[in-house]
Amino acid sequence: MLKFLKGIFLTSLLLSGATTGFAEKLGLGRAALPEEIAAWDWDISPDGTGLPVGAGDAIEGEELFAEQCAVCHGDFAEGMGRWPKLAGGFDTLDDDDPVKTVGSYWPHLSTAIDYVKRSMPFGNAGSLSNDEVYAIVAYILYSNDLIDDDFVLSNETMFEVDLPNADGFIFDDRQETEYAVWSGGEPCMRDCKDDVKITMRARVVDVTPEDASSKASEASQVSVAPSKPEETGEQEEAPVVLASFDADLAAKGSKVFKKCQSCHQVGEGAKNRTGPTLNGIVGAPAGAIEKFNYSKALKKAAEGGLIWGEEELAGFLEKPKSYIKGTKMSFSGLKSEEDIAAVIEYLKTFEK
Amino acid sequence: MTDEKRETSHSRRAFLRGAAATGAGALVAGQASAGAEPDKLITEIQPWAQELGDGVDAVPYGLPIKYEADVIRRNVPWLTADTISSVNFTPIHALDGTITPQGCAFERHHSGAIDLKKEDYRLMINGLVDTPMVFTYADLERFPRENQIYFCECAANTGMEWAGAQLNGAQFTHGMIHNMEYSGVSLRSLLNEAGLDAAGDLEDKWVFVEGADASSNGRSIPMEKALDDVMVAFKANGEALRKEHGYPARLVVPGWEGNMWVKWIRRIEVTDQPVESREETSKYTDTLEDGTSRKWTWAMDAKSVVTTPSPQAPIQHGPGPLVITGLAWSGRGSITRVDVSKDGGKTWETARLAKPGTPMALTRFYLDTVWNGEEMLLQSRAMDDTGYVQPTKSQLREVRGLNSIYHNNGIQTWHVGSKGEVENVEVS
Repeated sequence: MLKFLKGIFLTSLLLSGATTGFAEKLGLGRAALPEEIAAWDWDISPDGTGLPVGAGDAIEGEELFAEQCAVCHGDFAEGMGRWPKLAGGFDTLDDDDPVKTVGSYWPHLSTAIDYVKRSMPFGNAGSLSNDEVYAIVAYILYSNDLIDDDFVLSNETMFEVDLPNADGFIFDDRQETEYAVWSGGEPCMRDCKDDVKITMRARVVDVTPEDASSKASEASQVSVAPSKPEETGEQEEAPVVLASFDADLAAKGSKVFKKCQSCHQVGEGAKNRTGPTLNGIVGAPAGAIEKFNYSKALKKAAEGGLIWGEEELAGFLEKPKSYIKGTKMSFSGLKSEEDIAAVIEYLKTFEK
Repeated sequence: MTDEKRETSHSRRAFLRGAAATGAGALVAGQASAGAEPDKLITEIQPWAQELGDGVDAVPYGLPIKYEADVIRRNVPWLTADTISSVNFTPIHALDGTITPQGCAFERHHSGAIDLKKEDYRLMINGLVDTPMVFTYADLERFPRENQIYFCECAANTGMEWAGAQLNGAQFTHGMIHNMEYSGVSLRSLLNEAGLDAAGDLEDKWVFVEGADASSNGRSIPMEKALDDVMVAFKANGEALRKEHGYPARLVVPGWEGNMWVKWIRRIEVTDQPVESREETSKYTDTLEDGTSRKWTWAMDAKSVVTTPSPQAPIQHGPGPLVITGLAWSGRGSITRVDVSKDGGKTWETARLAKPGTPMALTRFYLDTVWNGEEMLLQSRAMDDTGYVQPTKSQLREVRGLNSIYHNNGIQTWHVGSKGEVENVEVS
């Protein structure tokens, strides 16, 4: 490590002078309180420094994962769409397209615990208890066939798990492998090659966004006002009767909605994300949000006249995949009836 | 202004737009023939020369004029699952000079750009320090301040080009970079305020830095770098940081990969080991051909790109004088020289640096030349004051293979066709 650092920097004078080279203190700021440090200092290092006390196994983790993680990472940690795959990919690191997962690539288990605890779930970071963190990480390990389902992952057992790619990393060696080769000489200026041929063209691959040219932008500039969606008679006639409204319940629902908000936006400026916007969804016809690419199953239900009344929403939210078989919504469902009622009440507060 | 008059000037403008369009085409021919039609833009009084313009305060904070509406950040939707955890690209093909306006400087978020008021901002320094400290934004402004111009380049800039030419535009191939003048305080002065005696020998110590956003984007930085030139910045190009660049305060880690420039910086912990966070193990590591991966490849090596002509900025003026221009930078020092080739690397000529290179900042180069309509394979090659010469893509691949993704600083080739159209290509 020391040798490595010295290799990167030309001199270590800075450090040797560091303790003496500091200026006088200015007396700014205040001492941090222990509670404040505890509230923010969550990072966990490979040697176990910072590991929270807790435990969980893959069976507990499976349920939590389905609820909290599967929407992006898939029920089996296989990754939905372009969201990260967390499992599989073993022995692919020297392939043309390596599959880098927690199992195949990550060198330290502490990193997974640290990341799940501090930064996940997406849109509701830091909300998991320590036991839940261990359970979810255990499920990820189990999905990678790295532990058995009865293995209890905890701050004490973490070191019993070996990650396959633990030794797969080397320190930056550009100094020797690159800088030594590409530095120091006068580069060639004339007759550097006999022949030059085009070997690849971007146009053949054709993955550049279409709006990239200035012409395309000019065209889009013409219609400055956003084009209004075609209003259909159906939408106008959709029942918007809010027979009852319970503000306390809606407030509870705003908390439940955290589970939804990594995919669904509501309120002013809401846009379609992984899921469609949900403004005005209660009482609206299914599959009617402009420009959202619904699953075939949902389109079919919409054609069949499905209206998202409270009852229908409740059914869907309880078990999305059995209510509409083939829905893209990879969410296992809300278990508590009260949560379902609360989130629907919350959704009522957003008008179309 | 009466309605009637407004209508008149409006339709006149519409007419003139048409005239201007044909006028542009006639310009080249007009230079040669003495008997051409007089230019109505000169011989007729134009509305802008007759009527009155906007008063002051028409726009309390100005945006570029509408004719520049295509000079914007753009993203590549297929790259990421969601724009909240994604990146967009600086329109470098349409900019000149070296300073990147904040409004079009690329963004990279891991949990979205957050809304954090100065009043709600807290910066904690903890770990192996004499006294763990909390600073407010107001405290930060009372430390001695410095101004420095640095580039910030995402380690993944040009990453989509590792396996071959993919994206048709300098914005997409090289636009994960910006260059700003930062005002802020040295990290050294903040660490000093907390006191580093408790850390003992600093040579094997680190700082772990994290942001206030949900991703927190934690990274470990060796103490030597932390005490050298790292800043906590709160202004960029003279004004407050934009929300998307970490308002009210971000870390500036000169010359090192952009992921370490933690935005909304909220905590700096002195540690005796790197945390090996997700961002420094599973991401931002460079997988080599044999499957092993390099880590701690922080410095961004010397690199350059021709920004015009380029696919989004083709030659539209026909044969004659042509300005070829581009950007060069090195995370390990100053740019000393840029060479440009028009024939895919067979012959090179040395470009003019608009100003001498400065450490870890963008340098603008120009090659003032004459183009006679011949096809060109344009390349640029940067050198820095360590003597490093920017490698070709094949040189890079020989060492690293095809799966490296990050830290691609290979020489870029643009094919310029006889009509001035430009395409991203690779050459033998």
